[in-house]
Amino acid sequence: MIPELGHYALVLALALGLIQSVVPIVGAHTRDDALMRLASSTALMQFAFVALSFAALVVCYITSDFSVATVFENSHSMMPLVYKFSSVWGNHEGSMLLWVLILSVFGAAVAAFGGNLPATLKAHVLAVQSWIASAFYLFILLTSNPFLRLPKAPFEGRDLNPILQDPGLAIHPPLLYLGYVGFSIAFSFAIAALIEGRIDAAWARWVRPWTLAAWMALTVGIAMGSYWAYYTLGWGGFWFWDPVENASLMPWLAGTALLHSAVVMEKRDALKVWTILLAILTFSLSLIGTFLVRSGVLTSVHTFANDPTRGVFILAILVLFIGGGLTLFAWRAPMLKQGGLFAPISREGALVFNNLFLTTACLTVFVGTLYPLALEALTGEKISVGAPFFNLTFGPLFVALMFAMPFGPLLAWKRGDLLGVAQRLMTAFGAALIAVAVAFALEGGTSVLAPFGVGLAFFVMAGAVVDLTERTGLFRVPLATARLRAAGLPRSAWGTAVAHFGIAMSMLGIISAGTWGSERIVALKPSQTVSISGYDLSFDGLVQRPGPNYTSLVAQFTVRSGGAPVGMMAPSKRTFASRSMTTNEAALMMRGAGQLYLSLGDTNNDGSIAIRLYYKPLVLLIWLGAIVMMLGGALSLSDRRLRVGAPKPATKPALQAAE
Amino acid sequence: MTRKQRRLTMIGVSLGVLAIATALVLSALRDSIVFFNSPTDVAEKHVAPGTRIRIGGLVKEGSVQRGDNLRIRFDVTDGKSDIAVRYQGIVPDLFREGQGVVAEGKLEPGGALVADTVLAKHDERYMPREVVDALKKAGRWQEKTNGGAAK
Repeated sequence: MIPELGHYALVLALALGLIQSVVPIVGAHTRDDALMRLASSTALMQFAFVALSFAALVVCYITSDFSVATVFENSHSMMPLVYKFSSVWGNHEGSMLLWVLILSVFGAAVAAFGGNLPATLKAHVLAVQSWIASAFYLFILLTSNPFLRLPKAPFEGRDLNPILQDPGLAIHPPLLYLGYVGFSIAFSFAIAALIEGRIDAAWARWVRPWTLAAWMALTVGIAMGSYWAYYTLGWGGFWFWDPVENASLMPWLAGTALLHSAVVMEKRDALKVWTILLAILTFSLSLIGTFLVRSGVLTSVHTFANDPTRGVFILAILVLFIGGGLTLFAWRAPMLKQGGLFAPISREGALVFNNLFLTTACLTVFVGTLYPLALEALTGEKISVGAPFFNLTFGPLFVALMFAMPFGPLLAWKRGDLLGVAQRLMTAFGAALIAVAVAFALEGGTSVLAPFGVGLAFFVMAGAVVDLTERTGLFRVPLATARLRAAGLPRSAWGTAVAHFGIAMSMLGIISAGTWGSERIVALKPSQTVSISGYDLSFDGLVQRPGPNYTSLVAQFTVRSGGAPVGMMAPSKRTFASRSMTTNEAALMMRGAGQLYLSLGDTNNDGSIAIRLYYKPLVLLIWLGAIVMMLGGALSLSDRRLRVGAPKPATKPALQAAE
Repeated sequence: MTRKQRRLTMIGVSLGVLAIATALVLSALRDSIVFFNSPTDVAEKHVAPGTRIRIGGLVKEGSVQRGDNLRIRFDVTDGKSDIAVRYQGIVPDLFREGQGVVAEGKLEPGGALVADTVLAKHDERYMPREVVDALKKAGRWQEKTNGGAAK
């Protein structure tokens, strides 16, 4: 009964979605308020029905109702509750239901919080949002019904893929989807603006909070996925330039560009056409990401089982929305009025620079990800494009971007003074030089490039601090004045500095862990000792421990530093009988911002066990940096000006002049 | 500057960055991509020694030999041809005789592959697509027995 209820709720959501796709547009056209207002109610009801549908599926999983095909395929009655819950989206069907759930959450949020939007814009946005939603409801109902019943209910499920039986599954996909799907709002706003043929600074002010929220979720979602891969794959890597990872990186790059260009549009009424295009492209990349991962074009742990009709269906959705969006753009964009003028050296100019490099970097990732697929389709030749390609292409572009980063926030709007900014950045530059020197002295010549990378990271971090001290006048004016100014500083200025600081932290972590980490791969017998970077690990022995739906083989190690014990490490291998599969549980030990990383390999006949041991200095900064970036986004999101909406120039000219 | 001049500067700079990016992409594509081959391809195409390639197929039954210091050697087969692979390190959890495997490394003059990466399946139910294609090409793919595994 419960699955049928969920299925029926989804059908009702589709019906509402179809109504919402058409009626508000008719209303906007005929200036009929009642028809336009209908969109808000249907958006809220769509959310209610999709939530009901999702809840029904959750109940099926929690109660282990194996008469439902997806539950049978992906769950097991012995699994801990948290995995029963997260396995709802640990498969194709359920993850698509999560996708539409988040889509409907965003639609409902616009309906609920978009009170200050002009009625026609709101109607158009919700209608476009509903086009996307309806397409995906149809996709789920026609090709990937999660509520399909089996004719005879099996006694036990086939268990969730053991690799996915990890707390990461509870966090990573929902955050990632919040990001992916959140960009749909920017897309809907862009399409609505194109339909209306009218766009102004206020538009950017309405779009930016949604984009910011999506960007924050995507930032942490990607970082979380990276950390998950890091500790679960057992070889200490945190980014593999795998197509599936690239699929999430591309919308992130485009979304970051969109955030910055929306600032120009909001403050200076410039770059309108470009911002619209970016909004369309960002969501298009989210869709392409969904297509790549869900269609079975790529094989990876993310793809689950697939059948070809799904790929064709998603491809059709892709063509419809990307093609349709871009066609509409080509047709209507020339009608949009041009905005404010600015000199190449100015805040606007710096943000254009940012956009140029971010989109070009995105393009190189796009080429590196899709070129092998295209080549195989055209010539049958199979190639793999890995880290070396991206290091050579993405790397230099990102270095240029990082170098320019501290300059941007210090430049004035309209016409900036590059020399003056350079002078104000002298402190940051000094900090960078010291960092380079210290890095060279500490590393002892293992790498020439890495110390400069460290210098660059410190330049950006110090630049973010300089930005704040310049704005508050710290060290130049009395402390009390500086404190007052700090309190009066817009939250978005704090957000910028914090987010820029965060990306530099990540960069520092990547360089440090990648260049100065050490690795030992050895076979050890009990009571033998292995040393790495000043730590001695002695192997105490192996024990078997039963788990809820697996048995684990745990190796116990005592870690000593300079003879004194600092702790225990217990990496393990879990064997899941239901799928005759083993997974690797690496043991991690924090040493400051660095980590000792220990994972197990095969046991040999002579009683020894192979281990991989890594010491990764500052590795935690990679993910902490992402969290700091998210906090920067949160600060910016809490900026009062984003919530109060655009000031009306006639009544409050002072507010705009203050920028 | 007039609006037109500014726009031209902007377009000029954008094209400059794009040109640099294109140059980077093209040079990287020439130097850093790795071609995928089945064991039969390697035998037929006479891939030059020293080339970096990726091969895929099944680990031949009875071919796995383990040595000291985590050295391992095994044959990868697509049913028609075999290629010997040497590797030092820890092989993936799902590395097993008779199972699909992908190895990447340099080809030696003797025809063996010195691998620096060995990948196995993610999951009991799936097989790397490259392996499936290699087996199909060699005519050793049976939909009936293997079809379920390929999904």
